[in-house]
Amino acid sequence: MAGSPIHTSGVSVALSTEEVARLAGLARITVSAEELATIAPQLDIVLDAVASVSEVANADVTPMTHALPLTNVFRDDVVRPGLTREQALAMAPAVEEDRFRVPRILGEEA
Amino acid sequence: MAELMDYDEVLARFDPTLGLEVHVELNTATKMFCACDNSPGGEPNTKVCPVCLGLPGSLPVVNGRAVESAIRIGLALGCSIAPWSRFARKNYFYPDMTKDFQTSQYDEPICFDGHVDLLVDGQTYGIEIERVHMEEDAGKLTHAGASGRIQDADYSLVDYNRAGTPLMEIVTKPIGGLGAHTPDVGRAYLAHLRDLMVALGVSDARMEAGNLRCDVNISLAPKGATELGKRTETKNVNSLRAVEDALRYEIRRQGALLSAGGSVTQETRHWNEQGWTSPGRSKEQAEDYRYFPEPDLVPVAPSAAWIEELRATLPEPPAQRRARLQTQWGFTDLEMRDVVGTSGSLDLIDATVGAGASASSARKWWLGELARRANETDAELADLPITPAQVARVQALVDAGTLTDKLARSVFEGVLAGEGDPDAVVASRGLAVVSDDGALGEAVDAVIAAQPDVADKIRAGKVQAAGALIGAVMKAMRGQADAARVRELILERLA
Amino acid sequence: MTDVIRLTAAELGRKIAARELTAVAVTQAFLDQIARNDDAVHAFLYVDAEGALAQAAAVDARLDAGETMGPLAGVPLALKDLFTQAGLPTTAGSRMLQGWRPPYSATVTQRLIDAGIVILGKTNLDEFAMGSSTENSAFGPTHNPWDLARIPGGSGGGSSASLAAFEAPLAMGTDTGGSIRQPASVTGTVGVKPTYGGTSRFGVIAMASSLDQPGPCARTVLDAALLHEVIAGHDPLDSTSIDAPVPPVVEAARSGDVSGMKIGVVTELGGEGYAPGVEQRFGEALDLLRAAGAEIVEVSCPHFSYALGAYYLIMPSEVSSNLARYDGMRYGLRAGDDGSRGTEEVMALTREEGFGAEVKRRIILGTYALSSGYYDAYYGSAQKVRRLIADDFDAAFAQVDVLVSPSTPTTAFRIGERIDDPLAMYKSDLCTIPSNMAGNASGSFPAGLAPEDGLPVGFQVMAPPLADDRVYRVGAALERAVAERDGGVLTDQIAARWVPQAQEA
Repeated sequence: MAGSPIHTSGVSVALSTEEVARLAGLARITVSAEELATIAPQLDIVLDAVASVSEVANADVTPMTHALPLTNVFRDDVVRPGLTREQALAMAPAVEEDRFRVPRILGEEA
Repeated sequence: MAELMDYDEVLARFDPTLGLEVHVELNTATKMFCACDNSPGGEPNTKVCPVCLGLPGSLPVVNGRAVESAIRIGLALGCSIAPWSRFARKNYFYPDMTKDFQTSQYDEPICFDGHVDLLVDGQTYGIEIERVHMEEDAGKLTHAGASGRIQDADYSLVDYNRAGTPLMEIVTKPIGGLGAHTPDVGRAYLAHLRDLMVALGVSDARMEAGNLRCDVNISLAPKGATELGKRTETKNVNSLRAVEDALRYEIRRQGALLSAGGSVTQETRHWNEQGWTSPGRSKEQAEDYRYFPEPDLVPVAPSAAWIEELRATLPEPPAQRRARLQTQWGFTDLEMRDVVGTSGSLDLIDATVGAGASASSARKWWLGELARRANETDAELADLPITPAQVARVQALVDAGTLTDKLARSVFEGVLAGEGDPDAVVASRGLAVVSDDGALGEAVDAVIAAQPDVADKIRAGKVQAAGALIGAVMKAMRGQADAARVRELILERLA
Repeated sequence: MTDVIRLTAAELGRKIAARELTAVAVTQAFLDQIARNDDAVHAFLYVDAEGALAQAAAVDARLDAGETMGPLAGVPLALKDLFTQAGLPTTAGSRMLQGWRPPYSATVTQRLIDAGIVILGKTNLDEFAMGSSTENSAFGPTHNPWDLARIPGGSGGGSSASLAAFEAPLAMGTDTGGSIRQPASVTGTVGVKPTYGGTSRFGVIAMASSLDQPGPCARTVLDAALLHEVIAGHDPLDSTSIDAPVPPVVEAARSGDVSGMKIGVVTELGGEGYAPGVEQRFGEALDLLRAAGAEIVEVSCPHFSYALGAYYLIMPSEVSSNLARYDGMRYGLRAGDDGSRGTEEVMALTREEGFGAEVKRRIILGTYALSSGYYDAYYGSAQKVRRLIADDFDAAFAQVDVLVSPSTPTTAFRIGERIDDPLAMYKSDLCTIPSNMAGNASGSFPAGLAPEDGLPVGFQVMAPPLADDRVYRVGAALERAVAERDGGVLTDQIAARWVPQAQEA
């Protein structure tokens, strides 16, 4: 039984801490400078390991998004009872006038 | 308010290119991905379930009726239907999106490459449709604070009843070559979509209720230039009139900028009901939506047989229908042009004829009295609170001699004022023509007695003198008498 | 009644149905065992004693009234805390959901309840099922009943440990990259990942939607099959659920006949990096199956070596999107809302405080893989690798009935040993990931103890999609042969440690 456990390309992707900070912002996670310093190299190691996929992913391979080729799974357009308002709001951090209360929305004009 | 340039001057120097993105809320019984009640309104957060609230563990299931509606819309817009299409996730954080991604379609929409011919002022314009895709609506935010506006709110409140309502996004390709007609064609396109949705029965298509929402893209390029200019996308353009006004405004604003040697910022703008656009989020900081195929849903792959089945349910194409109705109704070309030129009137007249009225009477009321009233309130004919059946009923009362045309106008006024249906208005306003010969006879006798000299002239054969007596009787009856019958009665008595 | 807790689920079900035991007595026996031992093991995050006893009493009442129920009626079960159960705390092992009580139950949870299975409580797991050791739980690690200094596997370490410590006869797991099979392997228990779409994901807190699959965990193959039959089958609330009959898993588990079966050993899943004891027990298991009449051949699946890399693109991508909803707006934790901060900042502070390091790492990795400019290179390429792996499986299954490998390259490692080395941790799932990528059925079965450390070794059986019964058939054959050799199923060897003797109640 031979075979190496993982292909690695040896290509270093090297994410800068600035790049990781941008991604964290996009993912809405506040990250401290210390965390950034830890996460960035960890991500590099993983990205280095995953870089191998491009070796075999040729243009003539059809991407597979679902394990089984199901199509056209539809529901009849018939109303079924959902949650009561009490159930819907029961776990909310803040409620006012039977609505979910959320902090003010900045930097947007919608 | 921005600097504006004279409209004709802009058009003398620049070619506008138009693009429209229209969101249509479907009137399906349930939401796009869950079995919650999709009817509008309701107490906040009462039409929700784990799926549309995005609770941990919940999964979407596609509403089959919504897919049917999407295909029918696509077919009615002359689109090809994709034999294989997928849903995708559009990832962005916003408190009105319960999952912090919108389930939408991205690079594989269900309908694509459509074409619509619009008739505007007797001229035909071709509009190319880029795509029609399925997605879901978001919840409704209200902003707490003095002004109720988002900018200076202390916090916001969310009602998720609307979250998950099926939305169809209909996107045109860039439309150039319209010149000064750009605003009219934009408006006509939206009117066409609205009428089409109603004819298909897939949406209530009420713009004031937000069932139909329009984003307007417009750019200017110097005449003869091959490259398109930088465009703006104006949101919240939610009436036919607003589409026309927003286009005209942006053309004048961009024209002023470019003529002054400046440049247009590619950005999202906001239409203000007061008649101007203001800048929104700049497109330079475009969000990274990180689209990817929705793994919780499987592809939509409509069979050719299914598509043909749905095609068979489509309403008649507009041009064909116009020709058929003109023949049926016996309208002249000129009469028909008035009908086609008045948004919504074709359907309303058709429905009124369907309710029993003659075509000419239906046309007379809708393009006459009712069009006048719509103009007064700057409303669309279709938005007037009166139904074709009610119009047909008024005409039936005229035909039966219960109402005169003049009385009929009062009845319309009552119906539009919310006083009930025509019969109720006739009763409550006491508008019916007095056909009781007893009461009429008494009035005639009284007038004859009061004017013996005129009566003598008539007895002597001067029938034309009856006019004076008829007038007196009508006055006594406060107009609610049939003049012909009054004349008959007078002549009977003085024979 | 301590002897009760050593019985298999099948035996318990039989005795309860025959009214030799009551469901209440059985439930109480396991609740007592949890009370006695779970301080040391920490398999449970929440024990619902009251609810379990009420459920058991209801089963007893129905059986006393003469009603016929399923073979597992009255048998207790430990539910991984990733399944929603209406009204009970469901945390996914995260501070983010501490105190959250869902208003609805997962389809699987409902099917368990409908079958009369008694839910003892919710078991510990790596936060949002991300991990191979249960060390990523926000509520402290679970300990391996074979050696408390070692990990019980992950993410379903709580479920597997509850079985090995005789705190439950049945447990539920979910498997995204090996979260059922790897814990089963390192605790000497049985765990099966059904064919993707074979069991409903509705109400199971999502990690990576295209890979997640709920499945049964037990101490014996038959028990796992009986549980499989209860939970499997079409669910209209899950669009990826398969509308087809459940494969005959119980029949296969009872039979265990592998004579004439062709078994393929995957060349790429072995060799360098595999512990000697793992290789030894795996080799012996092949001999036992050969002796039972199976033909053993070697099969190459050349793209399996790319599976881990592709998995660490697809999984984090889906994670980054699935976990976006934990933003502090509608349920769960909200941090930093002082009245002046905006939504964006409150969301970011909530997610900083609510998520642990591994979850953040994967979210950021997934955000990167999906962000504009990288989609084709990463997510798109990974989906192509997925196709290649599925093609490898197809080609292999054209030659053999099942494929086999060790379940995991090593036995249970020490708590803390790999926590700062993500890649080393990720390699725990090297053998299990290909079946998640292709969606086929796969299970882990005890193959004995590694001589060097005396810890359990797992044997993985992979079958084509919808041929889950073959997994059970081979598993049952192995279980029978190992029991003959060792004098019982593997967990019998630690029963004495966890089950007090001579304390008959």
